[in-house]
Amino acid sequence: MNEAKQQEIPSDARNVSAEIQQNDIRVMEGDSHTLNFGPQHPSAHGVLRVVMELEGEIVKRATPHVGLLHRGTEKLLEYKSYHKGLPYFDRLDYASPMCEEHAFVLATEKLLQVEVPDRAKWVRVLFAEITRILNHLLNVTAFALDCGAMTPSLWAYEEREKLMEFYEGVSGARFHANYFRHGGVAKDLPEGMEDKIGKWVKDFPKLIDDIENLLTNNRIWKQRTVGIGVCTTEQALSWGFSGPCIRASGVPWDLRRSQPYDNYDKVEFQVPVARHGDCYDRYLIRVAELRESAKIIEQCLQKMKPGPIKVEDNKISPPKRKDMKHSMEALIHHFKLYSEGFHVPAGATYTAVESPKGEFGVYLVADGSSKPYRCKIRPTGFAHLQALDILSHRHMLADMVAIIGSLDLVFGEVDR
Amino acid sequence: MVDIEKNNAGWVANPERLKSIAFMLMTSVKGVTRAGFDLNELVVRVERDQLLKLLVLLRDHHLCRFEQLMDLCGVDFPQEKERFEVVYNLLSVSLNQRIRVIVKTDEYTPIPSVHHIWGSATWWERECYDLMGVLFSGQPDLRRILTDYGFEGHPLRKDFPLTGYVEVRYDVDQGQVVYEPVKLTQDLRQFNFDSPWEGLVTLPGDEKFFEKRQNIKPYSF
Repeated sequence: MNEAKQQEIPSDARNVSAEIQQNDIRVMEGDSHTLNFGPQHPSAHGVLRVVMELEGEIVKRATPHVGLLHRGTEKLLEYKSYHKGLPYFDRLDYASPMCEEHAFVLATEKLLQVEVPDRAKWVRVLFAEITRILNHLLNVTAFALDCGAMTPSLWAYEEREKLMEFYEGVSGARFHANYFRHGGVAKDLPEGMEDKIGKWVKDFPKLIDDIENLLTNNRIWKQRTVGIGVCTTEQALSWGFSGPCIRASGVPWDLRRSQPYDNYDKVEFQVPVARHGDCYDRYLIRVAELRESAKIIEQCLQKMKPGPIKVEDNKISPPKRKDMKHSMEALIHHFKLYSEGFHVPAGATYTAVESPKGEFGVYLVADGSSKPYRCKIRPTGFAHLQALDILSHRHMLADMVAIIGSLDLVFGEVDR
Repeated sequence: MVDIEKNNAGWVANPERLKSIAFMLMTSVKGVTRAGFDLNELVVRVERDQLLKLLVLLRDHHLCRFEQLMDLCGVDFPQEKERFEVVYNLLSVSLNQRIRVIVKTDEYTPIPSVHHIWGSATWWERECYDLMGVLFSGQPDLRRILTDYGFEGHPLRKDFPLTGYVEVRYDVDQGQVVYEPVKLTQDLRQFNFDSPWEGLVTLPGDEKFFEKRQNIKPYSF
């Protein structure tokens, strides 16, 4: 029954029945139905389940159901030493592993009050930006794939493979790197790595141009994204948006710029901001960030100097393998670190980094022991996904896919 | 433009303004029991019944303007009478500052919901209810969010075992997923690696090194 007719009918039940008697024949039109989107839908970017109330093809209400990938990371962290807890962070947002590690190590370092050596900071910034490119390449092109453009994703996968070789070169793993450490990074870059990255970063802007050639002025792409899923500035603030999503809504906010950590205050880069807050703007922001990240990588490579890559204090970072062959003390340190772990002074901190998706925070409560008392992970996608209902209101069903794609959701992180 | 101070204890854009906020909250806001700096982060403790007023003030006052609720979480201290701390991490993007508001409660006393102040609070409160069992009054949608449909208990409480109580598997005979009590072929082992002499904070002969490392002087503005 349409809404106008519903309002005409008086609420008093007797009058309704009288009216029914008057008009013997009435046409009833029921056009609202419920549709279950996901959790196995390829455009749900993982295990999202959205229960949608549809009016024809128009989404009246969308209720996301999350938690299908909940693995209890926060609980597990309470039972592991800080060192052993680190790999769990790779598995949160598996599209940008090192940025998640970054938040955790920064939080721990803040409680430990250690100063990380300069080279370690540069290496971290370098790999945080490589991670950003990895993530944005995946998101932008998967988003395009959801809207029907297949080619960009093939190109981006090839490029991602090159980046994952850098990951593999430093950490031995393509995805779950476990490379950042409390007090630095695990190992120094292998020989020739800086040149390889430098060579790659010179060629990279060409790929961005190619992807942009296919998408930015593409008529179909624009029809699918411009004016879709508009998020106003007020909404973005109220719903806890961050990262590219808040910048697309006109808020010039980037933690790398406004609350710099590690060496982000020593590099120059632009913070792209857009005004409309629709899916197209979120795409444009990400593409612009790809270029900025490439610039940051170049600067990192220029400014990096040889030096230590973790704190010298062996109570926090393990001694060198070579020392352990000769020094009893090094052996003890190694044993203590890998069994008991280091102790973190009691205290609490909320430390956030600008992960590719937005603000990724860690609220770490330490009680002086070698395990976190409580480690709350502030996922980015959780806040964005919550606004899905508002963004998709009165949109077509097909736009739902575009909106989900533009929010850059990864369910390892949303569900933790 | 005030200089950005960056030191090891983290980053603060305008310490003077944060200091004045702390002073204002300490002196002229009812229900605030503590407002001070902890590792350069402004932490405010408030009584439950004054929470809403304080949060509205923090959002709307021209010195504060905390437009965003970035995170809401619970911390469990089972040995205390009011065992839960509920932590609100607020962010102001216009003034570039952060604040942390902490309120205490127990299993039965609800905390007023803040979903009408920040829309994002709904899911954070649902999550806190789901994992910690903290109740929020006035929250229209206080359902579980992260755990399984029909889950019992609150897993992030300290008295909830790491292994949980039930496990699921697909039963071929019944043709469906079945829930069974957790059966571990080997008990979950928690090795205690802590040194027996952990009470000795400074090992003999190690004093100078320790002093240097444990430089835990809170940074004062």
